[in-house]
Amino acid sequence: MRMKFFAALGLTVAMGSAMMVFATPPAGSGTITGKVTYTGTPPKMRPIDMSKEPSCAKQHATPILTQNVATGPGNTLQWVVVYISAGDEGTSTPSQSVRYDQKGCEYLPHVLPMQAGQQLQIFNDDQTSHNIHPLAKTNQEWNKSQPPGSPPIDTKWDKPEFISVKCNIHPWMHGYFVVLKTSHYAVTGEDGSFSISGLPPGKYTVTAWQEQYSSKSQDVTIAGSESKTANFVFTATPY
Amino acid sequence: MTLKNFAVTFALGSVVLLTAGARVSTAQSHVNSPDPLLGAPSVATETSNVAGVTGHAEEGKHLYRRFCIGCHGPDGNGQGMNAQWIDPQPRDFTEATFKCRSTPTGTLPTDEDLYNAITRGFVTTNMPSWRPLSPQQRADLVAFVKTWSPRWAHEKPGTPLNIPPETAITIESILHGRGLYQKLECWKCHGPTGNADGPSAATLTDSKGIPIKPFNFSTGDRFMCGDTNRDLYRIFMTGLDGSPMPSFADVIQPNDAWDLVHFLRTLQVALPNQELTLWQSYKAAHGKELKPIGPDTAGGAQ
Repeated sequence: MRMKFFAALGLTVAMGSAMMVFATPPAGSGTITGKVTYTGTPPKMRPIDMSKEPSCAKQHATPILTQNVATGPGNTLQWVVVYISAGDEGTSTPSQSVRYDQKGCEYLPHVLPMQAGQQLQIFNDDQTSHNIHPLAKTNQEWNKSQPPGSPPIDTKWDKPEFISVKCNIHPWMHGYFVVLKTSHYAVTGEDGSFSISGLPPGKYTVTAWQEQYSSKSQDVTIAGSESKTANFVFTATPY
Repeated sequence: MTLKNFAVTFALGSVVLLTAGARVSTAQSHVNSPDPLLGAPSVATETSNVAGVTGHAEEGKHLYRRFCIGCHGPDGNGQGMNAQWIDPQPRDFTEATFKCRSTPTGTLPTDEDLYNAITRGFVTTNMPSWRPLSPQQRADLVAFVKTWSPRWAHEKPGTPLNIPPETAITIESILHGRGLYQKLECWKCHGPTGNADGPSAATLTDSKGIPIKPFNFSTGDRFMCGDTNRDLYRIFMTGLDGSPMPSFADVIQPNDAWDLVHFLRTLQVALPNQELTLWQSYKAAHGKELKPIGPDTAGGAQ
């Protein structure tokens, strides 16, 4: 049984290598899926008081919760960016833009991954002015006012960086631009799961980044169009 | 010990002490250079150009060591010996983020912007005016400041904001500016009467997370980036990078911007000015018709 398994594995790897040498698929079809969970005690997600901005407060039937550590049933972690941090050379910049919304005095999505050089459009869908203030360090920080009804802000980030975004007028508003070199990334949903597809065969380092608990990495080798699992467990602390 | 021997010993001792003292102070005022791997401009070659004067970083380095190092530090990161006593903190030149610029938010300032900052100093901070230095010396310092960050090697300063001639100061202009102060949410930080007591004022931090206060118009203090109406126009249009004050250049038309300038002057109740006089006489007659600025007057206080 065991021998049979290794023989089958060997055959798969051999076939994978053969494909790499002779076929070189333009875009791969390997997949990495997994779940991000935590052990320990994360901070409580607290309701946000928007009473100082009635036009936003009334958009939420129940107050929205803080999202710096967003947890789900089964100790899952939402808003974790999982991406290929090594082994994925020469991905090109996509032509489509990514969209970031300010709605109900909240950033949607809370964490927005994108590629370096990719067009980014920022919308204000609210009846109040926001100032959008990405606190970039590697890229250049800027800070722009966006009153209601203004056209979207068109911009892009040139260098990979995890950029914290805030609105100084509404201090509870907080989000992230995650600027990556790779085009292979995913953000975990409420159930903590993610799926990165379209990977050519190769040896990769997969990194999971959480805004409060920083990064964790592991190596994954993809042969052919196989699907691999990579789970991440963060150690949660309440502060 | 004879008197002569004593004198010689004393003199020798003094020389030793003086030398040791000099050595200590030299060590403390040594200016470091950024890691060459960062690719910042070279001190040997970096220059500035301000109104026909060419500044040289090499000369600026000596001036920096003499005049600036105490606060801005041997590494240019704003952590000099005096920094711990200073609020707001001295500028960190390694980030190349500057408040007073004529250029759009997120871009480098012009040489002239930096020269003006050194010349003017920053009122209400510990940064004095360096007007006593010659224009050549100030230009040299500008060139040296640009050797702390690789941004100066890779990026060009932004295109300076075009400021059209000021419009007439009229009550209509002030009233319209007042509506903008409400609509653009200036009052959320600066307060309904410009007292720096808006609902978000207490929560503000600069980009390093250090608490920062919004400008209080009511005291009549000069503005940090110059005190003319043109300066005021430029301040809110380009924003103060590194602070919570955003740029309004993309969202205010030039005529509206002048209206806002005229209204902001009326908030400076401790500083006699033309706009304030006009506004006070208007308010005496029509004060009751004015909706107050603040949360209860949704959309436009006019």
